[in-house]
Amino acid sequence: MQNAFGEPQTILLLGGTSDIGRAIVGKLVSPTCRNVVLACRTPSAAEPAIAALRRDGMTVTSIAFDASAPLTHAEFVADVVAQVGDIDVVIVAFGVLGDQATFDHDPVAASEAVTINYVGAVSVGLAVAEQFRKQGHGQLVVLSSVAGERVRKSNFVYGSSKAGLDGFAQGLGDSLEGTGAKVLVVRPGFVHSAMTAGLAAAPLSTTPDAVAEATVKALRSGRRTVWVPGALRYMFIVLRHLPGAVFRRLPLG
Amino acid sequence: MAAVGCSGVAVPVDVVNKQVALSPLTGWGRTGGSGSSVLPASSANLGDAVVHGPDRGVLMRGLGRSYGDAAQNGGGLVLRLAGSAGDAILDEATHRVTVGAGVSIDDLLRVTVPRGYFVPVTPGTRFVTIGGAIASDIHGKNHHGEGSFGNHVQRITMLLADGSTVEIGPDRGPDLFWATVGGMGLTGAIIEATIQMIPIETSRCIVDTTRAHDLEHILTLMDEGDHRYRYSVAWIDLMAKGRHLGRSVLTRGDHATVAELQGAATASPRAYDPRVIASVPPVVPLSVINTLSVKAFNEFWFRKAPMYRTGEIHSLAGFFHPLDMVGAWNRLYGPRGFVQYQFLVPFGEEEALRRIVERFAASGAASFLAVLKRFGASNPAPLSFPAPGWTLALDIPSSFNGLSDMLHDLDRIVLDAGGRHYLAKDSHTTPHAIKRGYPRLAEWQAVRDRFDPSGVWRSDLGRRLGLID
Repeated sequence: MQNAFGEPQTILLLGGTSDIGRAIVGKLVSPTCRNVVLACRTPSAAEPAIAALRRDGMTVTSIAFDASAPLTHAEFVADVVAQVGDIDVVIVAFGVLGDQATFDHDPVAASEAVTINYVGAVSVGLAVAEQFRKQGHGQLVVLSSVAGERVRKSNFVYGSSKAGLDGFAQGLGDSLEGTGAKVLVVRPGFVHSAMTAGLAAAPLSTTPDAVAEATVKALRSGRRTVWVPGALRYMFIVLRHLPGAVFRRLPLG
Repeated sequence: MAAVGCSGVAVPVDVVNKQVALSPLTGWGRTGGSGSSVLPASSANLGDAVVHGPDRGVLMRGLGRSYGDAAQNGGGLVLRLAGSAGDAILDEATHRVTVGAGVSIDDLLRVTVPRGYFVPVTPGTRFVTIGGAIASDIHGKNHHGEGSFGNHVQRITMLLADGSTVEIGPDRGPDLFWATVGGMGLTGAIIEATIQMIPIETSRCIVDTTRAHDLEHILTLMDEGDHRYRYSVAWIDLMAKGRHLGRSVLTRGDHATVAELQGAATASPRAYDPRVIASVPPVVPLSVINTLSVKAFNEFWFRKAPMYRTGEIHSLAGFFHPLDMVGAWNRLYGPRGFVQYQFLVPFGEEEALRRIVERFAASGAASFLAVLKRFGASNPAPLSFPAPGWTLALDIPSSFNGLSDMLHDLDRIVLDAGGRHYLAKDSHTTPHAIKRGYPRLAEWQAVRDRFDPSGVWRSDLGRRLGLID
């Protein structure tokens, strides 16, 4: 159960090696926090994160989680609950960016990416929501992306998976109204992180720390969506309504 | 399936089938909400709901005046017990009243004051139920002499986890009785209680007021003079700094006798009909409580108090429940709500109290109507809050920047001084702090385990603070 300041006692990070996810966990941890569970495909990969988070009175563990295996997700959530009890905050931070040029010629690779980014998030998101309804509280943080706000040609497989994820998360949040559970959709722009290493930064780029800062602030004030940086919201109001003929000609990396 | 029950309200059998939609609940501070299945209940059908209750457990809720998450049970069942003060039985020979746990002190006083009886202990609001008063073992302005609410309870009828009903009291099943006093509703459902009332001649109080220019002064005044008064409490301006640090207004008094009344009041000495003058509308988009508004209010409050005045006649409501004149005043704090921080430090630890007052003054946190009270002896209840020492209670908007970190720091000062936090107010502290502050917690848990081995009675507070597993 979170305290009056929205400080959680239990945090589950799905995508335990995600830079943004780890930054959010770092900012959510307070003397109130008792359990942090980092879920990733290879639990040992979370060792450095565990070491960095560890503090007195708090247990940090890692657990195996495969986003691309929806059949395992309900059981996965049940296992986490058996281990730590009620979960106050769950962060959906896993995802793959992939390379559009590769996807263009490799439909199987594209479908695998979409399975992780969208299908995996839907199935684990619903399993988490079921648990939230049972416990009557909980906050689900879904890392969407501006790439899904208006999908562009340079990364439309990734963008379309985020578009689906964003819609799913909004609808899930609305469906949980009144249950005590909430969903926060986070829409960052280009984030300098391991996922984007080597790519040219887009305008209004940001950092995992800035995303984490904005996310925690939004969680505490009870918002449903947050853009990072905030100016992107207004930029995308324009981009979303541009005629296709104009949009296609924009030099949007 | 039809609803069952005898007094019009009933637990629909749907509860058993877990088909009741969740509705969001918070405490008076409007923070940290959760969804519970909320239903009215009567003593007749309570047993059914409990025995067939959901996995997430059952909790009784009164008027929701505890500040944090004490009266909610996320994912579980929350029952409101109906009750009418009209059914209360007043025994004029023993001055005892037997009353349903769902009845509020407000309703009870409307029946008993005209007949010459006041509740033995009242908190700063009369909108609490008898059940809630026992479960939180509430205290009032007379704690230094007369102890907390539990000290005046003769008998409790309660429903246990196994569906059986028992009668307990300080001399009958004392383990369960004292675990229930201050037990935050986690030992069973209080259905009815017999309370030792205070006989009064009038519905007025006779009050002495003194201003204290700083913290040292107020502590000295209370130390030296509290024993001469039945009621004593100080309002302290936590925003005053420097040489004004801890400046306070001390009000002390007792129930007025008929001989002390003058003028019109003598015609109807026990008239009692307190009103809510105005209510705050449901939606206040922004908190109107901020540093400027509170500073101005505190300044006004301090200046309007007389330097020294004795023998003033106040109404019961004006003396005990001034905030009740404004309905839903908690909405003034806006959608993010507020936190009440109440702690105690034992006598001899005044330095810790001073450090905390200094910290609040320096922070600029908008805190108005902070209340300072000198506690007397504690009672045998393991989770009862009051103990000999000083208690300070203050309200702060929860959006105040850095408040959480500050409170975690203050928690350490409180605990290092051998003090503790009041469960009925808490919405921020940790299981560790409660374990340190309540060294008899394990003793309480052993009694609870005995009477509720499968954990039927549960609350968000119980889970958050590790009172229950």
